[in-house]
Amino acid sequence: MSDHSITVTVNGVEYEREVEARKLLIHFVRDDLDLTGSHIGCDTGNCGACSMIVDGTLVKSCMMLAVQADGATVETVEGLADGDELTPLQQSFSEHHALQCGYCTPGMLISATALLRANPSPSEEEIRKALQGNICRCTGYWNIFEAVKAVAK
Amino acid sequence: MLLRDVEYAKPASLPDALSALAAHDGARALAGGQTLINVMKARAASPDVLVDLNGLEELKGIELAGDGTLTIGAMTTYSELMESAEAKARPILAEVVSTIADVQVRNRGTVGGNVCANDPTNHLPPLMAAVGARFTIAGGSGEREVTAEDFFLGVYLTAVGPGELLTKIAIPAGKHDGFAAITLGVDGTCIANAAASLNGSLRVALGCVDAVPVVLQPASTEEDAVRAAVHAANLDPPSDVHASAEYRTHLAEVLAVRAARQAQENA
Repeated sequence: MSDHSITVTVNGVEYEREVEARKLLIHFVRDDLDLTGSHIGCDTGNCGACSMIVDGTLVKSCMMLAVQADGATVETVEGLADGDELTPLQQSFSEHHALQCGYCTPGMLISATALLRANPSPSEEEIRKALQGNICRCTGYWNIFEAVKAVAK
Repeated sequence: MLLRDVEYAKPASLPDALSALAAHDGARALAGGQTLINVMKARAASPDVLVDLNGLEELKGIELAGDGTLTIGAMTTYSELMESAEAKARPILAEVVSTIADVQVRNRGTVGGNVCANDPTNHLPPLMAAVGARFTIAGGSGEREVTAEDFFLGVYLTAVGPGELLTKIAIPAGKHDGFAAITLGVDGTCIANAAASLNGSLRVALGCVDAVPVVLQPASTEEDAVRAAVHAANLDPPSDVHASAEYRTHLAEVLAVRAARQAQENA
């Protein structure tokens, strides 16, 4: 057993916890912090449902250890809305019917948020490339694409 | 997935990292983790100690020397390479890494991790072989530099031995390069790939058809010459669920022609 004391700021709240080295970041956030917005889809780094922004960088949190996030600032889907006030991107997902079962939505929102922060005016091709690491089995992607495009400047 | 129990160390310097790797038989370097963490989930790898290289600033960054030589730190991520002004000195590098997986994987996956994994379906081993990369390996007794031919030794096997680390990759100047691949879906795993470099004479490196990149030196970039060189190599690639050996051999020939043509067009 290898326990490490880590301090991680998630959505603006600082948490200090003991974690085993083998614990993945997604499990730490979901199980230890009870922030279950981020999902585990494939657990093989393909589907993107576990996407988070770590120190400003978009990552798949099933391919990173929790101990590697020591000292980091993490953003998950719970950090997007301000209470009941959705971000323009979330509102656009709602208006464009960009989700059906909703399983992929937290990852989609986080990936699109990372894109729009880095590039507020992405081309259609850039939107497609930015969401390539997020798989959706319901929508056929079109409405997700339209939702992101609608908030791109 | 819960990984098998593992110890974790995050050294702050290269000597500390080398010591940590040498101190345990079951120690393994953790670079971007975009391969290693997944194979640990599958128990295909079960290291006792993970030595995290993400704290080693000396393994990061890209430098461009006066003679055009690019030096890429082993812990440089694909995204950093794509955004690097210096790396534009060898445009094929960013062009190829931009086709690896997706944004999230490119943000954490590293150039050093890709070549050290030496998965025969990876993009970078044949590319590095074609462009004449040189690899610097650090160990307890100092540094050595090896060519791609001496670096890639077998499936998942490189010249980086126990207690050693790849620190940087040096790539000579040149723009006359090409790369072609057939992948599973857009930007997926390669079924076959080929890299070509026409800086001086033509060099073509084939991936996915043998344990290590197969390097050919066709007489010219003419299609017939490239096909003849591939024929002469007597490829004996593996068959798997994605492609039979016969189809993979066919793809290797077609992709070699495409890569050589691109190198010619970039010349």
